[in-house]
Amino acid sequence: MPDGSIGAPIKRREDRRFLTGNGRYVDDINRPNQTYAWIVRSSLAHAKIKRIDTSKAEKAPGVVRVLTGADWAADGVGGLPCGWQVIGKNQTPMHEPPHPALVADKVRHVGDNLAVVIAETRTQARDAAELIDIQFEELPAVVTMADATKKGAALVHDSVPDNICYDWELGDPAACDAQFKGAAHVTTLKLVNNRLVANPIEPRSAIAEYDASGDHYTLYTTSQNPHVIRLLMGAFVLSIPEHKLRVVAPDVGGGFGSKIYHYAEEAIVTWASKKVGRPIKWTADRSDSFMTDAQGRDHLTTAELALDKDGHFLALRVKTDANMGGYLSTFAPAIPTYLYATLLAGLYKTPVIYCNVRAIFTNTVPVDAYRGAGRPEACYLLERLVEQAARETGIEKTEIRRRNFIAKAEMPYQTPVALQYDSGDFIRNLEDGLKSADYAGFAKRRTASEKNGKLRGIGLATYIEACGIAPSAVAGALGARAGLYEAAEVRMHPTGSVTVFTGSHQHGQGHETTFAQLVADGLGVPVENVEVVHGDTDRIPFGMGTYGSRSLAVGGSAIVKAMDKIIAKGKKIAAHLLEAAVDDIEFANGTFKVSGTDKEIGIGQVALTAYVPHNYPIEELEPGLDESAFYDPKNFTFPNGCHIAEVEIDCDTGEVTLCSFNAVDDFGKIINPMIVEGQVHGGLVQGIGQALMEDCVYGEDGQLITGSFNDYSMPRADTVPSFTVAANEGAPCTHNPLGVKGCGEAGTIGAGAAVINAVIDALATRGITDIAMPATSHRVWQALQQSKA
Amino acid sequence: MDMTGEYRIPAPREKVWEALNDPEVLKKCIPGCQELNKDSETELSAKVKSKVGPVSATFTGKVTLSDIDPPNGYTISGEGTGGVAGFAKGGATVKLASEGSDTVLSYAATAQVGGKLAQIGSRLIDSTAKKMANEFFGKFAEEVGGAAGAAAPADNVAPADAPETVAADVATGETVSSATAKEMATEATVAKADEAVKTGGGLSPAVWVGGLIAAVVVVLILLNL
Repeated sequence: MPDGSIGAPIKRREDRRFLTGNGRYVDDINRPNQTYAWIVRSSLAHAKIKRIDTSKAEKAPGVVRVLTGADWAADGVGGLPCGWQVIGKNQTPMHEPPHPALVADKVRHVGDNLAVVIAETRTQARDAAELIDIQFEELPAVVTMADATKKGAALVHDSVPDNICYDWELGDPAACDAQFKGAAHVTTLKLVNNRLVANPIEPRSAIAEYDASGDHYTLYTTSQNPHVIRLLMGAFVLSIPEHKLRVVAPDVGGGFGSKIYHYAEEAIVTWASKKVGRPIKWTADRSDSFMTDAQGRDHLTTAELALDKDGHFLALRVKTDANMGGYLSTFAPAIPTYLYATLLAGLYKTPVIYCNVRAIFTNTVPVDAYRGAGRPEACYLLERLVEQAARETGIEKTEIRRRNFIAKAEMPYQTPVALQYDSGDFIRNLEDGLKSADYAGFAKRRTASEKNGKLRGIGLATYIEACGIAPSAVAGALGARAGLYEAAEVRMHPTGSVTVFTGSHQHGQGHETTFAQLVADGLGVPVENVEVVHGDTDRIPFGMGTYGSRSLAVGGSAIVKAMDKIIAKGKKIAAHLLEAAVDDIEFANGTFKVSGTDKEIGIGQVALTAYVPHNYPIEELEPGLDESAFYDPKNFTFPNGCHIAEVEIDCDTGEVTLCSFNAVDDFGKIINPMIVEGQVHGGLVQGIGQALMEDCVYGEDGQLITGSFNDYSMPRADTVPSFTVAANEGAPCTHNPLGVKGCGEAGTIGAGAAVINAVIDALATRGITDIAMPATSHRVWQALQQSKA
Repeated sequence: MDMTGEYRIPAPREKVWEALNDPEVLKKCIPGCQELNKDSETELSAKVKSKVGPVSATFTGKVTLSDIDPPNGYTISGEGTGGVAGFAKGGATVKLASEGSDTVLSYAATAQVGGKLAQIGSRLIDSTAKKMANEFFGKFAEEVGGAAGAAAPADNVAPADAPETVAADVATGETVSSATAKEMATEATVAKADEAVKTGGGLSPAVWVGGLIAAVVVVLILLNL
């Protein structure tokens, strides 16, 4: 295998600059004559704004301008748009209340934006912000979903009765009820999927610059999808046409979903940059991140599984309340519906599934996609249910899965919840996983732990996810207000080097390496001769960005399509140079060959000819070798796998130690196994974080209690064991040119359920069959104490 | 959050009141106190520079006194704001009792914090408030009892930094009869205060109330920080 071709575990080229401090993040950028913005945020969760007095702040040293919600409203600019409309029961569209970038009427969560101070320095802006006098009339806050939906509860938005954004369903409730009536056994669980804070290392930042001479704006922002921000902010908020707005998302230090959305600060600095006639920089501090980055998960669910006497699943009935927070974030409505309910078949042949989801507004920070986005919630529910059913029926937990798995031979498989799986070998994942985890030897390890006074448990999570989002037509039919294709341009330079422009955006995924490998392999050029460019609307033809593990499956496929065009054109040039028919030209490993002869010419020579067309079929062919392509997937991709966690619990302290974690994942074809392994590791740690420590907590009054790393516990290297991960490449994706499925979220999807199942497996020896995430020492210890009583 | 505490001040109540009457003493004793103003008979404001965990700010606090029942106790409610650092509000009931030659002050406070204080400092508020209250009473006892004086938190509160109890040699100061105090406090008017000063019948209620509030401000504002 040549260095850098598909399948080679080469090191990530971008790490050199990241690890040597040479990354160029938004906050590293400074524009001439730049000013600094400080956003005044609400300390109250729910309150009417009676009066805002900015007069003192305006006179403070260094202050250039102070703007409030009244200024925003006076300019008639739009609110932040929601990118996905969900239609509820009886064709009732969701409530979509206004989402102003600066509020004028009332605040709806702690951290809501009240005013912006623009000053010569950040410190001056911050100091002046202290001088703004705001009179509030405090309103009762609704914090939990139970409180928000009580009769007579305070309304987050006056236009949304009962605080219910939508009441949506998938499936036929009557058919589901009928299955339950005939069931030999029903397993029921009430589950909380705890709220999380994404916490990328790099806080959000935005710099806006307005060029009056050309009436042109530039926004540098920490985004996972600069073209989407250009569309949302340009078309819906500030009415700036695409050709007058450039959005640049340079190096971005992690996103995990939280940097998909269009945030108020982006619009505020862009709007204000024209008013003050100077560039404005805003950078969040960690408090801002906790208060304003969209948060994740937060579901309350009742799930019921009906089984026949042999343990075959008959039906699944799910009722979920999903917390939206105070406003609808960009893609929030889609997460607990189309990215959650559609995954409830899992890997099983459950014939009937009904899911009812209510989305609830509360006086908390908005919730949107967080790594996995809906799929970890679905996997957690299903896999908890399956292991509980196994305990209740006495069918061994791997056996109950085997009995219900969709077989490889049954692919493609139409689930009752809209999706059609194209590929997967679930039994093989399970068997490989069991072997890797030495499942057979668990009983011995448990005995050894018990001798030391410790409880030991093993838990599984088998998962499937829908990635590579999405066929645009399908997404559109489901309410998406955007296409979900991807664009790429492959530019072969005269001397044979290549620049690839991709609409995918990397913020930790290693695209600069993976995509370079893809192109090196496809065009037969050395990998170091390939440069990958992303994150700039002025340089990239178009793009829909990176989320939902879509970059390789959709963005990579677009690159392949562009390369196909390069090769097709190259064949014509080669045919001319080699004096052969185009149909007789073959291309492999960077060489065009006349089939059946030894006549050949390298792609570098062809490229040079394309740009120096002295001997060229100029009548039929334009010069140059630069092609772009859009790729719209035919289906979702369906990564799947088997994750197995083993834990040991100290009965005296309740401390859970994760002893081992084995993952077997089917990501289809793998381009760079080292990068894939890294992605799995990161995902697993985040899933384990949710299971054992992470928890976003609000007080009864809507105050964010876990507003810093002081109280919000993040997993660290010493939280996790050395992972054993393996890839199953035996069932590649059938509908994209690379056979790839995506690997970005998988770890997060399986890990939480596997870890909690392991914890419960250990605690079940003491009669405990339920524990909520995060299974902190305190919570486990309490459960153990109660079990003694 | 709810907090309770008890302090034994090694001085007779009369001496304690006297010291409480002196805003300068209070200002000296409240850790980080920059200003202490009496806005009306029942209102007091203070500016205190404080630090709760990583949150450092100048807090402006305002408290209102009610249910004054000298010398037994009173209720105060108030609010402190620290700008970007957030806010604290709440109330406290404070009781005073003579025990031998000592005065025992006990409080039960309910406080609600918001903004950065809630986000970063929630878990630290209790301990910070206790620490500051201990600092206050330590210093206050010094003021009341001279260099050898010191306050001791009651048995259930044992902060590491609290000074050891030292028996205070307290000179008996000017006294105020409980009846006078009650009358003054109940009516709590400046006119009455002036009259009281004129008649020399005891402490000016203005000062008295101020001192009383100051004591509670220490407990409440600092607690609320």
